[in-house]
Amino acid sequence: MKKLKVFSRWGKLDKGFREKAVNYAIVLVAYLAIQLLAATGNLKNSVSGQLVPICTYVIMAVSLNLVVGFLGELSLGHAGFMSLGAFSGTLFWVLNCETMPKPVALVAAFLIGGVVAGIFGFIIGIPVLRLRGDYLAIVTLAFGEIIKTVINAIYLGVDSNGFHISLKDAMSMGMEADGTVLINGAIGITGVTKASTFTIGVVMVLITLFVVMNLVDSRAGRAIKSIRDNRIAAESIGIPITKYKMMAFITSAVLAGMAGVLYSLNYSTLVAKKFDYNTSILVLVFVVLGGMGNIRGSIIAATILTVLPELLRSVADYRMLVYAILLIAMMIFNQSPKAIAWRAVVAEKIKSRMPGKKNLKQGKEG
Amino acid sequence: MALLEVRNLGIAFGGLQAVSQLDMTIEKGHLYGLIGPNGAGKTTAFNMLTGMYAPTEGNIILDGVDITGKSPEFISKHGVARTFQNIRLFNGLSVLDNVKLGLHNQMKYAMWDGIFRTPKYWSKEAEMNHQAMKLLKIFDLDEEADLLASSLPYGKQRKLEIARALATNPKLLLLDEPAAGMNPQETDELMKTVRFVRDEFGIAILLIEHDMNFVMGICEEITVLDHGQCIARGTGKEVRNNPKVVAAYLGGD
Repeated sequence: MKKLKVFSRWGKLDKGFREKAVNYAIVLVAYLAIQLLAATGNLKNSVSGQLVPICTYVIMAVSLNLVVGFLGELSLGHAGFMSLGAFSGTLFWVLNCETMPKPVALVAAFLIGGVVAGIFGFIIGIPVLRLRGDYLAIVTLAFGEIIKTVINAIYLGVDSNGFHISLKDAMSMGMEADGTVLINGAIGITGVTKASTFTIGVVMVLITLFVVMNLVDSRAGRAIKSIRDNRIAAESIGIPITKYKMMAFITSAVLAGMAGVLYSLNYSTLVAKKFDYNTSILVLVFVVLGGMGNIRGSIIAATILTVLPELLRSVADYRMLVYAILLIAMMIFNQSPKAIAWRAVVAEKIKSRMPGKKNLKQGKEG
Repeated sequence: MALLEVRNLGIAFGGLQAVSQLDMTIEKGHLYGLIGPNGAGKTTAFNMLTGMYAPTEGNIILDGVDITGKSPEFISKHGVARTFQNIRLFNGLSVLDNVKLGLHNQMKYAMWDGIFRTPKYWSKEAEMNHQAMKLLKIFDLDEEADLLASSLPYGKQRKLEIARALATNPKLLLLDEPAAGMNPQETDELMKTVRFVRDEFGIAILLIEHDMNFVMGICEEITVLDHGQCIARGTGKEVRNNPKVVAAYLGGD
């Protein structure tokens, strides 16, 4: 009867805790399923190549949800933070992966990517968070583009005299003959030793979930949500609006920076163009489709919509058309009252078949 | 010394003088009323007292601290809480969370304690839950603690707003039309609650209200505003018989 006991405890647990446990479980089960497929040789190449990007986009979607869903501000520059994290982290990795022990260099690369994105989140947040609604969206969009354009124009090299930087071209850095070009303008960083694996990606996803879900369900998270629900009321009960807006914005930027490192270390070259307006919008689409303030929705939407374009490769000509239709279909059916009612019925059916049903009900009443 | 001293308070929006030369003294533990026809400047006065608007003239002294033109956050921390004419709850949050947000500045733990679930997080959250439930019980809302604030019926939403304001541990509570949209029984009940709050928490209450039975019934002193200026002050009886007040409400010269 051990099983029954577990179920009855499950029913008594705090609802918030159960929600979180299910989210962790979804990620872990997906991880184990993929590992199993890989071990038995059933994993297609097209899918295995998508595993790290999926993890990246899940982190991006969950972290953007903190700003869009929980703080209630529309940010269109999330890819900018991803870019800053990717370039700083990768730069560190390229310089140190030979000399330092690999795991140490990798952890440091993630931390540096996160910290750099966080610092820029703070700097950008100062002017941006004074704005509201559409204005904030426009300015974050501009910042995302500025970051992309600036990184696209940077030439950075290192030689025996130290670092050289230029915004013109590689020659004008005036390096010695022994120098190497690290960032080559629009060509970006090349020859990166790949380091990201699916396991690292899943660990990063779990860290992101841990940080965001616990933050949202705490004193600070309540304050962040109160600003979304009613800014004037939040002010009137003494919530420091700017502080909590900043907290949400920076946390989101740090996580996006780490996602950037994860993403870039999956490829041998890194270019700034990848982190443009389209990427920001793509992540926003994940958040909106998954549901504002719904973390599980973000995970699922990011996963499905990252895999989908790959699966649609067979109908290459109509790929974007099908993708768009699917987006619209998801939008209509995901939140429609009938679909929600249908999901409730299904959930009820599953519950009634569970052995611990009686205990569950008792747990609720007690 | 009085709890709140308002001296010569005024605000102009461009050429429009919304409130001018308003004087008011509020003592600890008393109930005050602020009445006047629509557009008299009552809510504007509230907005200046709570820092939503910065006055263009005059001073507001709360318990010896000059709070004139300070931020709402500062004023809330110094002990002024309010409710709103059009209810402003955190609709996406539970009833309990709404009150816990009122406790935000009373019980603190850092962001890191929240993320890493330190012992401090658990003890402070338990304390907050306990305090919030105590407040909810006073307002007969403890049964609904886990519901969304938006799902409460209108009367209970009004009560929840008062509970949230009280959670900030105020010295002065400002109620902006607390009985608006209530039926006579609900108004009666609210009157009892307001008196109870004053006695239980020992705070001063200043309220705006159009329901004259309500105002005359519980307020010890009433200030009447018209066109942004104080036209009368006194007990309910004195105010009712003041010809200026009658003229302001019914018209006349």
